[in-house]
Amino acid sequence: MGVEQKLGDMGVVTTTLENVVNWSRTNAMWPMLFGLACCAIEMMAAQASHFDMSRFGMELMRASPRQSDLMIVAGRVSRKMAPVLRRLYDQMPEPKWVIAMGDCASCGGVFNNYAIVQGVDEVVPVDVYVAGCPPRPEALIHGVVTLYEKVKGEKFKDVVVS
Amino acid sequence: MDKKLETIVQALQENFNTTNEEFRGEVHVFVTAENIIDALTLLRDKYDFELLSAMTATDYWPQQSPRFHVIYQLSSLARNLTLQLRVPLNGAEPKIPTATGVYKVANWRERELLDMFGITPEGHPDPRRILMPEGTEGHPLRRDFPLGYEEPQFTFNFEEIDLGKPYAKE
Repeated sequence: MGVEQKLGDMGVVTTTLENVVNWSRTNAMWPMLFGLACCAIEMMAAQASHFDMSRFGMELMRASPRQSDLMIVAGRVSRKMAPVLRRLYDQMPEPKWVIAMGDCASCGGVFNNYAIVQGVDEVVPVDVYVAGCPPRPEALIHGVVTLYEKVKGEKFKDVVVS
Repeated sequence: MDKKLETIVQALQENFNTTNEEFRGEVHVFVTAENIIDALTLLRDKYDFELLSAMTATDYWPQQSPRFHVIYQLSSLARNLTLQLRVPLNGAEPKIPTATGVYKVANWRERELLDMFGITPEGHPDPRRILMPEGTEGHPLRRDFPLGYEEPQFTFNFEEIDLGKPYAKE
Protein backbone atom coordinates (compact mmCIF):
# COMPACT_ATOMS: atom_id res chain seq x y z
CA MET A 1 0.00 0.00 0.00
CA GLY A 2 1.06 3.54 -0.52
CA VAL A 3 3.85 5.07 -2.46
CA GLU A 4 5.54 1.78 -3.39
CA GLN A 5 2.43 0.49 -5.12
CA LYS A 6 1.83 3.72 -6.99
CA LEU A 7 5.39 4.21 -8.21
CA GLY A 8 6.47 0.64 -8.59
CA ASP A 9 9.96 -0.47 -7.72
CA MET A 10 11.89 2.78 -8.11
CA GLY A 11 15.15 1.51 -6.78
CA VAL A 12 17.41 4.55 -6.61
CA VAL A 13 16.49 8.20 -6.89
CA THR A 14 19.24 10.61 -7.78
CA THR A 15 19.04 14.30 -6.98
CA THR A 16 21.22 17.05 -5.66
CA LEU A 17 21.90 17.57 -1.99
CA GLU A 18 20.55 21.10 -2.32
CA ASN A 19 17.21 19.77 -3.51
CA VAL A 20 16.93 17.32 -0.64
CA VAL A 21 17.89 19.89 1.98
CA ASN A 22 15.55 22.54 0.61
CA TRP A 23 12.75 19.99 0.29
CA SER A 24 13.16 18.97 3.91
CA ARG A 25 13.32 22.57 5.06
CA THR A 26 10.11 23.51 3.29
CA ASN A 27 8.26 20.43 4.50
CA ALA A 28 8.92 21.00 8.18
CA MET A 29 9.07 24.72 8.65
CA TRP A 30 7.91 25.60 12.11
CA PRO A 31 6.72 29.15 12.71
CA MET A 32 7.08 30.95 16.01
CA LEU A 33 3.95 31.28 18.14
CA PHE A 34 3.97 35.02 18.33
CA GLY A 35 1.26 37.53 17.46
CA LEU A 36 1.21 41.28 17.95
CA ALA A 37 -2.23 42.46 16.87
CA CYS A 38 -5.37 41.56 14.91
CA CYS A 39 -3.32 39.77 12.21
CA ALA A 40 -2.58 37.14 14.86
CA ILE A 41 -6.27 36.18 14.85
CA GLU A 42 -6.05 35.42 11.13
CA MET A 43 -2.81 33.52 11.76
CA MET A 44 -4.62 31.38 14.34
CA ALA A 45 -7.43 30.81 11.85
CA ALA A 46 -4.88 29.75 9.22
CA GLN A 47 -3.50 27.26 11.70
CA ALA A 48 -6.90 25.93 12.80
CA SER A 49 -8.89 23.12 11.22
CA HIS A 50 -10.80 25.13 8.60
CA PHE A 51 -7.69 26.28 6.73
CA ASP A 52 -5.20 23.85 8.28
CA MET A 53 -1.76 25.23 7.53
CA SER A 54 -0.20 21.93 8.63
CA ARG A 55 -1.02 20.62 5.14
CA PHE A 56 2.06 22.60 4.10
CA GLY A 57 4.34 21.32 6.83
CA MET A 58 3.61 24.09 9.30
CA GLU A 59 2.76 21.41 11.78
CA LEU A 60 3.56 23.20 14.98
CA MET A 61 3.73 26.73 16.25
CA ARG A 62 6.74 26.74 18.56
CA ALA A 63 6.53 29.00 21.57
CA SER A 64 10.30 29.26 21.75
CA PRO A 65 12.48 31.04 19.18
CA ARG A 66 15.15 28.35 19.67
CA GLN A 67 12.90 25.77 18.02
CA SER A 68 11.43 27.80 15.19
CA ASP A 69 12.52 28.45 11.61
CA LEU A 70 10.03 31.08 10.56
CA MET A 71 8.99 34.33 12.20
CA ILE A 72 5.56 35.56 11.14
CA VAL A 73 5.36 39.19 12.24
CA ALA A 74 1.58 39.35 12.65
CA GLY A 75 0.64 42.92 13.45
CA ARG A 76 1.99 46.39 14.04
CA VAL A 77 5.33 46.68 15.81
CA SER A 78 5.60 49.57 18.22
CA ARG A 79 8.92 51.31 18.74
CA LYS A 80 9.06 49.90 22.22
CA MET A 81 8.46 46.38 20.88
CA ALA A 82 11.10 46.63 18.11
CA PRO A 83 14.15 45.71 20.26
CA VAL A 84 12.23 42.72 21.66
CA LEU A 85 11.36 41.55 18.14
CA ARG A 86 14.99 41.87 17.06
CA ARG A 87 16.10 39.90 20.10
CA LEU A 88 13.65 37.09 19.28
CA TYR A 89 14.98 37.06 15.73
CA ASP A 90 18.57 36.87 16.97
CA GLN A 91 17.65 33.94 19.20
CA MET A 92 16.33 31.86 16.30
CA PRO A 93 18.83 29.33 14.90
CA GLU A 94 19.97 29.53 11.28
CA PRO A 95 18.48 29.07 8.74
CA LYS A 96 15.62 31.44 9.48
CA TRP A 97 13.05 33.35 7.49
CA VAL A 98 10.67 36.22 8.17
CA ILE A 99 7.19 36.90 6.80
CA ALA A 100 5.82 40.40 7.33
CA MET A 101 2.11 39.70 7.63
CA GLY A 102 -0.29 42.53 6.89
CA ASP A 103 0.07 46.17 5.97
CA CYS A 104 1.28 47.33 9.39
CA ALA A 105 4.21 44.94 9.51
CA SER A 106 5.04 45.59 5.85
CA CYS A 107 5.01 49.39 5.79
CA GLY A 108 3.32 50.82 8.87
CA GLY A 109 -0.15 50.64 7.34
CA VAL A 110 -2.54 53.27 8.64
CA PHE A 111 -0.32 54.01 11.63
CA ASN A 112 1.99 56.67 10.22
CA ASN A 113 2.92 58.06 13.62
CA TYR A 114 5.51 58.29 16.35
CA ALA A 115 4.62 55.02 18.05
CA ILE A 116 4.78 52.46 15.22
CA VAL A 117 7.77 51.15 13.24
CA GLN A 118 7.22 51.99 9.56
CA GLY A 119 7.72 48.47 8.26
CA VAL A 120 9.35 45.68 10.20
CA ASP A 121 12.10 45.53 7.54
CA GLU A 122 13.73 48.34 9.51
CA VAL A 123 14.34 45.83 12.29
CA VAL A 124 14.68 42.36 10.72
CA PRO A 125 15.33 41.25 7.09
CA VAL A 126 11.99 40.26 5.53
CA ASP A 127 11.60 37.51 2.92
CA VAL A 128 7.91 37.72 2.02
CA TYR A 129 5.43 40.55 2.47
CA VAL A 130 1.75 39.61 2.74
CA ALA A 131 -0.65 42.45 1.92
CA GLY A 132 -4.05 42.93 3.54
CA CYS A 133 -5.53 44.52 6.60
CA PRO A 134 -5.65 41.88 7.99
CA PRO A 135 -4.83 39.31 5.28
CA ARG A 136 -7.22 36.38 4.96
CA PRO A 137 -5.83 33.00 6.05
CA GLU A 138 -5.61 32.08 2.34
CA ALA A 139 -3.37 35.08 1.81
CA LEU A 140 -1.07 34.02 4.63
CA ILE A 141 -0.93 30.49 3.27
CA HIS A 142 -0.12 31.92 -0.15
CA GLY A 143 2.67 33.92 1.46
CA VAL A 144 4.01 30.77 3.07
CA VAL A 145 3.90 28.86 -0.21
CA THR A 146 5.67 31.79 -1.90
CA LEU A 147 8.35 31.54 0.75
CA TYR A 148 8.66 27.82 -0.01
CA GLU A 149 9.30 28.64 -3.65
CA LYS A 150 12.01 31.02 -2.54
CA VAL A 151 13.58 28.46 -0.20
CA LYS A 152 13.53 25.77 -2.90
CA GLY A 153 15.61 28.07 -5.09
CA GLU A 154 18.28 28.70 -2.46
CA LYS A 155 21.86 27.69 -3.30
CA PHE A 156 24.44 26.71 -0.73
CA LYS A 157 27.03 29.01 -2.24
CA ASP A 158 24.74 32.02 -1.73
CA VAL A 159 24.16 31.36 1.95
CA VAL A 160 26.16 33.81 4.01
CA VAL A 161 27.54 32.23 7.15
CA SER A 162 27.60 34.95 9.77
CA MET B 1 -24.67 74.09 39.62
CA ASP B 2 -25.40 71.28 42.03
CA LYS B 3 -26.31 72.59 45.51
CA LYS B 4 -23.89 70.21 47.17
CA LEU B 5 -21.10 71.23 44.83
CA GLU B 6 -21.77 74.95 45.33
CA THR B 7 -20.57 74.97 48.94
CA ILE B 8 -17.40 73.09 47.93
CA VAL B 9 -16.62 75.49 45.09
CA GLN B 10 -17.22 78.42 47.45
CA ALA B 11 -14.85 76.95 50.01
CA LEU B 12 -12.18 76.63 47.33
CA GLN B 13 -12.82 80.23 46.30
CA GLU B 14 -12.41 81.51 49.86
CA ASN B 15 -9.30 79.47 50.62
CA PHE B 16 -7.39 79.63 47.34
CA ASN B 17 -8.96 82.55 45.47
CA THR B 18 -10.02 80.30 42.57
CA THR B 19 -12.23 81.07 39.59
CA ASN B 20 -14.63 78.60 38.06
CA GLU B 21 -16.45 77.82 34.85
CA GLU B 22 -19.48 75.67 34.21
CA PHE B 23 -20.19 73.77 31.05
CA ARG B 24 -23.29 71.56 30.73
CA GLY B 25 -23.37 70.91 34.43
CA GLU B 26 -19.67 70.14 34.77
CA VAL B 27 -17.75 72.50 37.02
CA HIS B 28 -14.15 73.44 36.25
CA VAL B 29 -12.22 75.17 39.02
CA PHE B 30 -9.03 76.99 38.07
CA VAL B 31 -6.30 76.65 40.70
CA THR B 32 -2.76 77.95 40.58
CA ALA B 33 0.16 75.50 40.68
CA GLU B 34 1.24 76.72 44.16
CA ASN B 35 -2.17 75.93 45.66
CA ILE B 36 -3.00 72.66 43.92
CA ILE B 37 -1.64 70.31 46.59
CA ASP B 38 -3.45 72.16 49.38
CA ALA B 39 -6.64 72.22 47.32
CA LEU B 40 -6.45 68.49 46.64
CA THR B 41 -5.75 67.76 50.31
CA LEU B 42 -8.71 69.89 51.38
CA LEU B 43 -11.04 68.20 48.89
CA ARG B 44 -9.87 64.73 49.89
CA ASP B 45 -9.97 65.21 53.67
CA LYS B 46 -12.93 67.52 54.16
CA TYR B 47 -15.19 66.91 51.15
CA ASP B 48 -14.71 63.15 50.61
CA PHE B 49 -13.18 63.32 47.12
CA GLU B 50 -11.43 60.03 47.69
CA LEU B 51 -10.76 59.19 44.06
CA LEU B 52 -8.55 60.88 41.48
CA SER B 53 -10.33 59.25 38.56
CA ALA B 54 -8.32 60.91 35.80
CA MET B 55 -5.38 63.20 35.41
CA THR B 56 -4.44 64.61 32.05
CA ALA B 57 -3.51 67.82 30.26
CA THR B 58 -4.45 69.84 27.20
CA ASP B 59 -2.16 71.87 24.99
CA TYR B 60 -3.41 75.24 23.69
CA TRP B 61 -0.41 75.83 21.42
CA PRO B 62 0.38 78.32 19.79
CA GLN B 63 -1.04 80.23 22.77
CA GLN B 64 1.89 80.48 25.19
CA SER B 65 0.36 81.87 28.35
CA PRO B 66 -1.18 79.70 29.57
CA ARG B 67 -0.15 76.99 27.13
CA PHE B 68 -1.16 73.90 29.13
CA HIS B 69 -4.01 73.06 31.43
CA VAL B 70 -3.27 70.19 33.78
CA ILE B 71 -6.60 68.58 34.62
CA TYR B 72 -7.43 66.68 37.80
CA GLN B 73 -10.76 64.88 37.61
CA LEU B 74 -11.93 64.10 41.13
CA SER B 75 -14.80 61.86 42.20
CA SER B 76 -16.55 61.55 45.49
CA LEU B 77 -18.19 58.17 45.82
CA ALA B 78 -19.65 59.08 49.23
CA ARG B 79 -21.37 62.23 47.98
CA ASN B 80 -21.85 61.21 44.34
CA LEU B 81 -20.06 64.28 42.97
CA THR B 82 -17.43 64.96 40.35
CA LEU B 83 -15.26 68.04 40.19
CA GLN B 84 -12.59 69.12 37.76
CA LEU B 85 -9.56 71.13 38.85
CA ARG B 86 -7.48 72.84 36.19
CA VAL B 87 -3.99 74.23 36.61
CA PRO B 88 -2.93 76.66 33.85
CA LEU B 89 0.79 76.49 33.03
CA ASN B 90 3.04 78.58 30.81
CA GLY B 91 4.82 77.11 27.81
CA ALA B 92 8.41 77.58 29.01
CA GLU B 93 9.45 74.80 31.43
CA PRO B 94 6.00 73.76 32.61
CA LYS B 95 6.05 72.10 36.03
CA ILE B 96 3.62 71.11 38.75
CA PRO B 97 4.21 69.93 42.31
CA THR B 98 3.63 66.18 42.53
CA ALA B 99 0.29 64.97 43.84
CA THR B 100 1.63 61.52 44.78
CA GLY B 101 1.54 62.50 48.45
CA VAL B 102 -2.21 63.05 48.26
CA TYR B 103 -3.32 60.45 45.72
CA LYS B 104 -1.00 57.51 45.13
CA VAL B 105 -2.56 56.92 41.71
CA ALA B 106 -1.01 60.19 40.56
CA ASN B 107 2.35 58.43 40.29
CA TRP B 108 1.79 56.88 36.86
CA ARG B 109 -0.48 59.72 35.70
CA GLU B 110 2.27 62.24 36.31
CA ARG B 111 4.78 60.06 34.52
CA GLU B 112 2.40 60.07 31.58
CA LEU B 113 2.22 63.88 31.71
CA LEU B 114 6.01 63.99 31.73
CA ASP B 115 6.19 61.58 28.80
CA MET B 116 3.44 62.95 26.60
CA PHE B 117 3.49 66.68 27.38
CA GLY B 118 6.86 67.34 29.03
CA ILE B 119 5.23 68.72 32.17
CA THR B 120 7.68 68.04 35.02
CA PRO B 121 6.17 66.73 38.27
CA GLU B 122 8.43 68.24 40.93
CA GLY B 123 9.28 65.89 43.80
CA HIS B 124 8.01 62.81 41.96
CA PRO B 125 9.55 59.59 43.40
CA ASP B 126 10.24 58.01 39.98
CA PRO B 127 10.26 60.58 37.15
CA ARG B 128 10.82 58.37 34.10
CA ARG B 129 8.94 58.09 30.81
CA ILE B 130 6.07 55.61 31.06
CA LEU B 131 4.91 54.86 27.50
CA MET B 132 7.61 55.84 25.02
CA PRO B 133 10.95 53.99 24.95
CA GLU B 134 13.98 55.53 26.63
CA GLY B 135 15.79 58.00 24.45
CA THR B 136 12.70 59.29 22.63
CA GLU B 137 13.01 62.91 21.64
CA GLY B 138 10.08 65.25 22.15
CA HIS B 139 6.67 64.82 23.69
CA PRO B 140 4.14 63.26 21.30
CA LEU B 141 0.90 64.82 22.57
CA ARG B 142 2.18 68.38 22.27
CA ARG B 143 0.49 70.24 19.44
CA ASP B 144 3.80 71.22 17.85
CA PHE B 145 4.97 67.58 17.63
CA PRO B 146 5.02 66.56 13.93
CA LEU B 147 1.95 64.51 12.94
CA GLY B 148 3.17 61.97 10.38
CA TYR B 149 6.30 60.00 11.09
CA GLU B 150 7.30 59.13 7.52
CA GLU B 151 6.21 60.59 4.20
CA PRO B 152 3.91 58.09 2.41
CA GLN B 153 5.44 56.37 -0.61
CA PHE B 154 3.65 56.87 -3.93
CA THR B 155 4.78 55.93 -7.44
CA PHE B 156 6.37 59.32 -8.09
CA ASN B 157 8.44 59.49 -4.89
CA PHE B 158 8.92 55.77 -4.19
CA GLU B 159 12.63 55.53 -4.95
CA GLU B 160 13.52 58.80 -3.26
CA ILE B 161 12.01 57.66 0.04
CA ASP B 162 13.22 54.09 -0.42
CA LEU B 163 16.84 55.31 -0.48
CA GLY B 164 16.44 56.85 2.96
CA LYS B 165 14.71 53.86 4.55
CA PRO B 166 16.79 52.17 7.25
CA TYR B 167 16.55 48.55 6.07
CA ALA B 168 17.83 45.94 8.50
CA LYS B 169 20.94 43.95 7.64
CA GLU B 170 21.15 40.27 8.48
